[in-house]
Amino acid sequence: MSARRGGRPLPALAAACVVLGFTQAAPAAEIPSAERRSGYEFMSRETRAMQDDDATNPAVLWLLDGEALWNRKDGAAGRACADCHGNARASMKGAAARHPAWDAAAGRPVNLEQRINACRAGRQQAAPLAYESRDLLALTAYVARQSRGMPVDIAIDKRTKPFLDAGRDTFMRRQGQLNLACTQCHDELWGRKLAGSTIPQAHPTGYPLYRLEWQGLGSLQRRLRNCLTGMRAEPYPFGAPEFVDLELYLMWRARGMKMESPAVRP
Amino acid sequence: MEGPCPTPAAAVLVAALAVMPSGMVRGDTAAGAYAVVGDAVPAPLTAAPGDPARGRAIVLNRQVGLCLLCHSGPFPEERFQGELAPDLRGVGARLSEGQIRLRIVEPGRLNAATIMPAYFRTGGLTRVAPAFRGKTVLTAGQIEDIVAFLATLKD
Ligand code: HEC
Ligand code: HEC
Ligand code: HEC
Repeated sequence: MSARRGGRPLPALAAACVVLGFTQAAPAAEIPSAERRSGYEFMSRETRAMQDDDATNPAVLWLLDGEALWNRKDGAAGRACADCHGNARASMKGAAARHPAWDAAAGRPVNLEQRINACRAGRQQAAPLAYESRDLLALTAYVARQSRGMPVDIAIDKRTKPFLDAGRDTFMRRQGQLNLACTQCHDELWGRKLAGSTIPQAHPTGYPLYRLEWQGLGSLQRRLRNCLTGMRAEPYPFGAPEFVDLELYLMWRARGMKMESPAVRP
Repeated sequence: MEGPCPTPAAAVLVAALAVMPSGMVRGDTAAGAYAVVGDAVPAPLTAAPGDPARGRAIVLNRQVGLCLLCHSGPFPEERFQGELAPDLRGVGARLSEGQIRLRIVEPGRLNAATIMPAYFRTGGLTRVAPAFRGKTVLTAGQIEDIVAFLATLKD
């Protein structure tokens, strides 16, 4: 993909007005569906090839662990995921593409990691796995893999709408010492270079994914922490409602795009 | 940000007229006060003059100045310069020192939608990471060093 300009020109000085103390960035139009591009399309040919081939995609190591965990009996109930869910290839098809999803017990949307941990705690009677632990990443990657190629399909209804709106507000809000909003980079300046990195559109279609910079697998929330740290903003704790709301908004914003977990990114 | 936006010059002028008959507005970013006149902060932020060599080092330092994340400039030795902002080449010929100073101290005054951080601001920010809370991105002295350096970029 050529270094295309983002959806909008830089705001011209001549069109500026003086507003002090603002915290919302000027609302940018959502990227039209015809212009939506996965982070994959902004990567070098080598990195794309690494993702495409299971023989070179480093995330495959986690998939193997995830499959073993899926079949392993665990917890006081002595049951494996497979005991209830059978073959993940059939039962988990599409699960990642519809998360975060409403959870009646939590009374709010939960992401895939939280959904898996709810089964561990409630159904296996095992201790929940820590965020970013190898086991949770492996299980999540294994479950998410079963949605590869499927379109993101987030259900928004009366119950989930307020959480979607909260996520969108976070995306639009200026934060941190540098006073930047996600929308400024990812809706307005995508395709352009921030120092050496091409700014992608921030679609969450590949998580958990192998990031070359991490030399390991990481969750979407870990990626979001990287951007927040860059903005010199205080990251939310893993699993915080604000993060799940933001995930919900990002997934909804990518609706219809194809899932590609576990992906590779620079 | 709704409704018609006046041009920056006009807006600053209107604000100036409303505040002080002398045509000065007080900038106030909670870090310190400085006088904005038109589209410039004519008076230096420190008594000691800025040092262009130190200023150059700050501009090139991606952890301190951050400038090259967004800007490019006449720095052939620097790889991976940004492409989100005007090239700094010739900025000393385009802008006076006072105009450069305002663009670093408080760029939002000229363009409310700007992505350029206000380098001399601590107030009105949301969820600043603990390590940076209550601190400006750069000190007054560092800003004067940068102004002195950018003023030398005449062509
Ligand atoms: C200053 C610009 C900037 C801001 C502000 C910013 N990001 Fe990013 N973001 C980037 C860049 C650059 C990358 C790609 C980094 C790389 O490839 O090394 C990125 C990557 C991402 C990705 C990964 C996309 C993928 O393909 O895997 C997501 C998701 C994301 N950002 C979300 C956010 C969110 C949410 C916010 C606000 C909390 C935010 N970003 C704020 C510049 C920014
Ligand atoms: C005792 C049976 C049982 C066990 C063991 C179990 N689950 Fe579940 N799981 C369920 C049931 C029932 C549901 C659907 C009802 C609900 O929402 O709780 C479910 C729902 C899910 C979902 C949401 C699926 C979707 O389509 O949205 C995921 C993902 C999931 N489980 C993963 C796991 C994983 C991973 C394990 C092993 C760590 C596991 N489950 C263990 C019974 C079980
Ligand atoms: C996050 C991106 C970003 C960073 C970091 C940044 N700038 Fe800017 N800067 C901009 C943009 C964009 C403009 C164009 C005007 C606007 O949109 O406000 C600009 C405009 C300017 C101008 C006016 C240029 C002209 O020709 O009119 C100067 C001078 C300037 N910046 C200096 C700096 C210096 C010095 C630094 C580092 C201390 C810096 N900038 C850091 C984005 C940035």
